Formats: sequence, C-alpha cells, structure tokens
Amino acid sequence: MNDQVTPLVEMREMSVSFGGVHAVENVNFNLMPGEIHALVGGNGAGKSTLVKTLAGAQRADSGQIYVDGEPVSIANPRDAKALGIETIYQNLALAENIDAPGNMFLGRELTTGFGNLDDSAMENATRKIMGRLNPKFENFTRPVAFLSGGQRQSVAIARAVHFNARILIMDEPTAALGPSETEQVRNLIRQLKTEGIGIVLISHDIHDVFDLADRTTVMLQGKVVGTVSKGEVTMDEILAMIIIGKAPQDLTQSEIAEIRG
Amino acid sequence: MSITELPPKDSEQLHEDSPRGSLKGIIRSTEIDTRMLGMVGLLLVIWVGFNIMSGGTFLSPRNLWNLSVQFAPVAIMATGMVLIIVSRNIDLSVGSMLGFVGMAMALIQAEILPRSIGFDHPLTWVIVLLVGLLLGALVGMFQGFIVAYVGVPSFIVTLGGLLVWRGVAWSLASGRTVAPMDSTFQLLGGGSRGSIGEVGSWVVGAIACAAIIFGLISSRRRRIKFGFRLRPMWAVVGLGVVGCLAVLGAVWVMNSYYLPENVARQVAEDQGIAWPAGGLQIPLGISYPVLIAIGMMLIMGFIANRRRFGRYVFSIGGNPEAAELGGINTKWTVVKAFMVMGILVGVAAAVTIARLNAATSGLGTLSELYVIAAAVIGGTSLAGGIGTVQGAVLGALVMQSLQSGMVLMRVDAPLQDIVVGIVLVAAVAVDVFFRRRSER
Repeated sequence: MNDQVTPLVEMREMSVSFGGVHAVENVNFNLMPGEIHALVGGNGAGKSTLVKTLAGAQRADSGQIYVDGEPVSIANPRDAKALGIETIYQNLALAENIDAPGNMFLGRELTTGFGNLDDSAMENATRKIMGRLNPKFENFTRPVAFLSGGQRQSVAIARAVHFNARILIMDEPTAALGPSETEQVRNLIRQLKTEGIGIVLISHDIHDVFDLADRTTVMLQGKVVGTVSKGEVTMDEILAMIIIGKAPQDLTQSEIAEIRG
Repeated sequence: MSITELPPKDSEQLHEDSPRGSLKGIIRSTEIDTRMLGMVGLLLVIWVGFNIMSGGTFLSPRNLWNLSVQFAPVAIMATGMVLIIVSRNIDLSVGSMLGFVGMAMALIQAEILPRSIGFDHPLTWVIVLLVGLLLGALVGMFQGFIVAYVGVPSFIVTLGGLLVWRGVAWSLASGRTVAPMDSTFQLLGGGSRGSIGEVGSWVVGAIACAAIIFGLISSRRRRIKFGFRLRPMWAVVGLGVVGCLAVLGAVWVMNSYYLPENVARQVAEDQGIAWPAGGLQIPLGISYPVLIAIGMMLIMGFIANRRRFGRYVFSIGGNPEAAELGGINTKWTVVKAFMVMGILVGVAAAVTIARLNAATSGLGTLSELYVIAAAVIGGTSLAGGIGTVQGAVLGALVMQSLQSGMVLMRVDAPLQDIVVGIVLVAAVAVDVFFRRRSER
C-alpha cells in the first residue's frame, strides 16, 4: 500500500472488555480505499467485537477511530451509517416479520411528501438492486422469515450496497450459502473493490481470505498476531498464525510442519 | 452503484394473475388476509347462532345498535394494544388508567370547572377532553420510560400501574361516584342524542364507500406506475362491491333503530312538529362512540402501516437487535407506543364516563383483560412482531358479541366468564395451529 494515501479507516489502540475479559486489547487496524482487508482468527478472537466498534454496535472502552484521517466518534449505528460505513452481520440482522423492501430500508425508509411510507418506491428500488445482485429473487412482499438462507443473504447485502457505502464490513458473508451463491458473493466483493470501496472481511473460510484479501490481519485472544500482505505468505502460514498465534517470521520449521500435518 | 445491469424479467412485467381454480387460489389472488376472513366467518357464526337461539332478537337493529356502542371503548383501546404487544410488551394497566383518567375528567367537569366558568359551559367538553388525552399520554410516557430506559419488564411496570392508578382513581374522589357530566360531553357516549341521525349516517356511509373505491383505484394506479403484479379486475370490483354493501348495510341497520317514543315526543315538541297519530319514527343513526372507534381504527391502522413509527414498532417486534442495528431509536419508539396507548385510554375513558354520565372508582375494572383478549383473538401474537389494528377491532367485536349474546340469552355471569375464557384460549390455539402449518 502506498504510504502517501490517507487510510479510509484507521483504528488505534482499540480496547473492549466484558466483565474483566479483554475481548479486544490495544488493537491497531487500518483500511485503504479499494482494499479488502481480511480479519481472521478462531472463535472468541475478538474479530466481531472489533468491527462492531466500527459499526457503532459496540462501544469501545478506549481507542480512537479515524475516517479519512479525521478523528470520529461512533456511538451508534446511525453515526456509522452517516460516515458511509455499512455492515453485513453474521446473523444478518433482519426483522423476520417484515418483507425484503422493508428490511432493506429499515431505519432509512423512503417517504412521500407527507412523511408516509412510500412502499411502492421502496419495492421498486429493491427490485432494481435485486435485478443486479440476485435476479432469481422474487419474494418482494413476503416476510423474510419465509425466505431461504441465500435470499436472506441477498437482502442483507442489498441493504449494505444500496446506500453507497464507502466502507463495507462483512462478517461471515458466505457462512450460510451454497457453493454457487458463495461464488456470487465473491464476485460481488471483487466488483465492489474496483469501485473503490474499502471492505473489512471476516471469514472462517481460509480460501475466501486467500483468494480475496489484499491484506490479512490475524487475531488471537483479543490481540493482533500480525498483518500480512497478499503474496507474502502461504495459506499454511496464515493457518499457523491463527492456531499458534505467532507472526510468520517467528514460526519454527517444526511448527509449520505440524500445521501441514 | 453500477453492477451488471440485467433486463427486467418476464415475471416482473405488467400482468394480471389469472384466477386459479381452487378456492385457496381465488382468495390468494384477491390479496385478502385469510386470518381476517376467518375472523369475519367466526363473527357471522356467532351472530347467526345467537340470532337463532334468541328467536331473532340478536340481529335486531336495537341489539346491534347497543352492541356497537358497548364495543367502542374496548375497540378503541385494542387498536393501541396491538402496537404494544407487537413491540414485545404488554400493558396491564389500561383498565386502571381508564379509571384514573375517567375520574379526573369527571372531577374537572363536575366540580372544578363549574367553580370558575360554570356548569355546562360550551368549552367544557373541549377542555376536559384535552386534559384527559394529555393525562393519558403522560401516564403512558411515564410507564414507557421505565420500560424502555430503566429496563423494567413491561409486565411488571404495568402490573404496578394496575394497582397504582386504581388506587389513585379511588383517592381522587375518596371512592365517591362523580356525576353528572357536561351535557355536550355526554354526546361522546352515544345515547339518544349522541348520534349523527339518518342523513348524517348516510353521508358517512357514502364517504366510506367513496374512500373504498378511491383506495382500490389509487393502489392499482401505483402498481401500474411501477409495473408490479396486479390483482385481477374481478377481485378489485368484488372487493369494492362487498365493501360498499357492508358499509351501507351497517348504516341501514343503525338507521333502523328509532328513538324511544318519549324522547321522540320531546324532539317533536322542540321542533314544533305535531305528534302524528301513528307515532314518529326518528332514526338514531351511527352513534358518536362508534364513529370515534372507527376513526381510531383508521388512524391507528394508518400509523401502523404507513408511518415510520409503525414500521419501527413492527421491526422491534420482529428482531430488536436488527432494529437497533438499522439505526432505529428503539427505546424512544417503545416510549411512544406507550404514549399512544395512554392517549387511546383517554379517549376510551371519555366515551365511558360520557355514556354512564358518571365516573366511579371501579371504572374500567378488568377491561385490560378484554382489551388484550380482543387484540389476541384478532391475531396479535404475544411473541411480538405480528398483529393488525383491524384484526384487534374485529376481535373486540367478537368479544362484545359473545357477551351481549349471552346477556340476551340470560346466561349467568359466571358461565359467561367461563365461555369467554374458553373462546380466548381456543381462538389462540386455532391460530397457532394454522400459523405453524403455513410455515411448513
């Protein structure tokens, strides 16, 4: 990455603890425009908690976030959205009883001149974006509880994409999907990257990460193990970082051999 | 954002659904809620059943007119209870609140205002009504604040409210019965003068029919504009015809109930009409409580479906976390829901004391249960997220029809409670059964 470019996001010395347990401890993390920065680690490594502080879903105990080099305060999801930060959550965060357009515009409904909900306009906009993301999608008037995992995923992604995000956080975007849908999401991620959007990608799927990420940051027990760039490391070395918690240069040959099995 | 553009698919093109052969298909293509259809069916069964058992008395204009007036307060409160339950809360305090707000309104018009502006002042009813609505809103806001911001479960907060407001209602007048009410205010309760008369009722009916037709046409226009799927023309026409017939039929029934002879004689005397030999038949028409209930149903239905606040209430009920992550101020939304409930309690209290022409400290006792039952029979899920305002009003009509029918049949009070209790549980059991099946 070019040092001259101001990072889209810079998180400095972030810490979050829950009742004495350090979920995130003094973590530094940054994201460049048009970059896919993967965040990996085992369960409880603190990945989701870290990105939640960026999305406004979790208050940090300490640390400072900069967007475009300016210090910002993100107290709730509204603040994050105002800064162009959109999030696709692991549990998708959909209201099961509301239809796809209602979910897509949740909290940002389109209204007519009198402040009434403009359902037709919302449905129209949803149809347009779904025509591009998932042309097979047809259930525009049923509650999303009746939709398949892939369709629900489409709704969650459409919501993030529609509002011209500059910074997109994806927490396990392919976890609930079959192979063809996963490939669709991967293509979408690549496409968004070419548009200059910065993407934070959390994934358990090491192939996703190796395939897509420009940089990968590995976390273990709330701390950053290391950040590596594409082409610098092998998939095995990333796996070793996740499991053993050491940066590649500190790994011994025997440890790498152990990972390879 | 430019992602590969695809041409719109055929299925999204403008077209009408052809009616499918099965009854299910026909109902689906009219886009009527089958649950609502079931409720209307249940109501018809109750009405026809009681009518046969009572030898034709139940469906007489007189009984239906009285039933419509009695159902109003529960219906008014049920429209608000839907939003409370949809937001995963409950309000057990509405009966006691009704007692408290009703007592306060009675005291103002019977004892406080007469001291300054005199009894039966033309402005009395406005002042009293505004104070009542404000009081209801404040009580609702207070309880909602404790629920949303302090984090005490609404069941507990409103259970406390049930005791507190009943006690306050009692202490306001030390248990006395406060009467009489202002003469204009009394009109809110119906009665022989509190109706809009024959011509007025037909005008209301005509406006309602025009609104139904306008609604159907404008919704079709919007869908054509965006190129969405249309419901078949026969269904649109059918809905319009059935809707207008139902409205005009109801107006006809209300206009078939005449003033009692002594009141009619009084009216004739006032207007200088000679009393004809065959007696004078002056139709009452739609009563104010019914108009108010219908008005509240329309307003609350509008708020639930067409306003952001309503959408937020439903999203909180569906998934509180998603609502919060969507940037919705969920706590304030819950407070507002309780405030709206409080205002509706104020309206119901006004109707109730106006009809009784008095307020007692026991006013509204147990009505929280009828209101919750009406909402639940009307398809509101206690798990939150699901419910309709029209359903709750229909539920209130079912409850009142059962009660009124049993009174007509001279069923003992304890047996009445047993029947209502069983119907409540059975209605929800049937609903749960069908909902589970439709999810499969």
